[in-house]
Amino acid sequence: MSKQLSTTTYQIPIGPIHPALKEPVQFEFTIDGERIVDVDVSLGHVHRTIEWTGMRRNPIQILYLAERICGICSYCHPMAFALAVERIANIEVPLRAQYLRVIHAELERICSHVLWAGVAAHEIGFDSLLFFTWQIREKVLDLTEYLTGNRVTKAITMIGGVRRDITSDMLPTIKEGLDFLKENFEKLRHAFLDDKTVKLRAQGAGILTKEDALKLCAVGPTTRASGVKKDVRIDQPYFAFGDLDFDYVTPDVLTGEVNGDVYDRIIVRLLEVKQSIDLIEQCLKDMPEGEIVAEPKIAKLLASLKKVEGEAIGQMEAPRGEVIHYVKMTGQEHPYCWKVRAPTYNNILPWIPMLLGNQIADIPIVAASTDPCMSCTNRVTVIENNKTQVFSKEELHRLSIEKTRRLQR
Amino acid sequence: MSTVKKLVSAEDLVKSFKDEFTTKVKNTRIDTFTRGKKKTTMTHIWMTIDNSVYKKAVKHLFSFDEFPHLAVSSGYDEEKTIVIVQHFSLFHGERGRELSVNLVIPLPKNKPEMETITDLIPGALITEQEKQEMLGIKVKGIPKDKRAFISHDFPKGVYPWRKDETGPKSMVRNLHEGDKL
Repeated sequence: MSKQLSTTTYQIPIGPIHPALKEPVQFEFTIDGERIVDVDVSLGHVHRTIEWTGMRRNPIQILYLAERICGICSYCHPMAFALAVERIANIEVPLRAQYLRVIHAELERICSHVLWAGVAAHEIGFDSLLFFTWQIREKVLDLTEYLTGNRVTKAITMIGGVRRDITSDMLPTIKEGLDFLKENFEKLRHAFLDDKTVKLRAQGAGILTKEDALKLCAVGPTTRASGVKKDVRIDQPYFAFGDLDFDYVTPDVLTGEVNGDVYDRIIVRLLEVKQSIDLIEQCLKDMPEGEIVAEPKIAKLLASLKKVEGEAIGQMEAPRGEVIHYVKMTGQEHPYCWKVRAPTYNNILPWIPMLLGNQIADIPIVAASTDPCMSCTNRVTVIENNKTQVFSKEELHRLSIEKTRRLQR
Repeated sequence: MSTVKKLVSAEDLVKSFKDEFTTKVKNTRIDTFTRGKKKTTMTHIWMTIDNSVYKKAVKHLFSFDEFPHLAVSSGYDEEKTIVIVQHFSLFHGERGRELSVNLVIPLPKNKPEMETITDLIPGALITEQEKQEMLGIKVKGIPKDKRAFISHDFPKGVYPWRKDETGPKSMVRNLHEGDKL
């Protein structure tokens, strides 16, 4: 009866094709039974040397290169770069363009958060909700296409402003799109926040304490869900954010408490969708008339940028949190230095305290809860007594669904 | 609850650094930008810090904010030095009062070493690993001394962000030049 249980732990590498969001990152878990006792993370499986390439391109070319850093944040990256260059070159962005920039930024946030909500639902085996979120996202993509001409890589950014205006004849279509979002937001909120199964899987899972979030320099909804008031839009109001009425979204706004778990990260993202709709409406109402770009002649702009010297940073609140670009120009065609830091870079280390003590079946939803932006892995290898067993992505997904079913009984 | 210890203006922060580190702080600059109809301002501070007081300077940030936020560190290769730029921010959560504090730390190329700050800010780990592999600097006391982004079979002694002979020049294939073979 009192036979001593084995204390052997096992190593489980997961990745570099990840089971949650479809991007590559590799975890190495140390497992005691079902419980995770240590986690290590390996990165760089899709390092494409974009910064190195950018240091051999001119600033206008970099806008289009930066768009391709990430398909979801295809607005934030070129815009953060543009902010840095505008600061070096002392370019004053017209007021109307600052409002237009807010509209595009918030549309991207809605699109990203809704996409994430769908993937999170899929990870816990709630695929009908996945399809509902995709239906909403489709409408947001239609709206993005209507405003920018593109659905994914938007090509709307220009140094000194934006490339397309919103004219008065476009307003009814935008209003129709926003009304659709508002009508469906309530259904989305109800499905995520009132559903018993979502609560069972998300509450108490993947906890990140406020102190860990601060020490590990987490950003975006990941840190706000742990109660940290950090949002670049409010801390350092860029574009026209200083003119708009909004506040930090932390989970206590809705529930009165902060737990820092997966459920809180769902709350923050959902409330931010609503906040973004509101911000777009405020912009449409208050947007002044005027120019949309400081210098419309690109050749002239480029000629002036070749002469500037200096260094600056450009930060934005991307859907996943603070994105920061550092640019150093030395009076040449190409920047001397360009450093890109996407939000997931800072949200990797917080995975470790989140995953410790959780079960293998929780890995997909906890890993997905930071909305990581890398790429993903196809199989899981379990090494047991030097014998390697490979789990497919489907197998890991099945384990997660089985846990949902067990909890529902 | 706010983590701010002493909410100061950019001018007072720079003055405090100058008082504390005297000649070891140089080229201080405060950039301000205004945006929107209400002309809200953003403030970015730049200071060149001597490597001998780098860690003390980072510690000094803690006297203003309990948890200084390290966004990332950038870096570039100049002829005789490798320059590291640490992008901190203080006072988040205080509407419109956040300060970006950029510490510029030049390291001599013949001995590009700096101390780790992971004991003060554990979130600095990945960015320190990245600076080691990309610029060939040595971060003394780094807890996990491994590559972060570059694959393990990438040749040793080649540093992608270097512009000198240790850079990746010989490995680059310029596709527009066609097949030279």
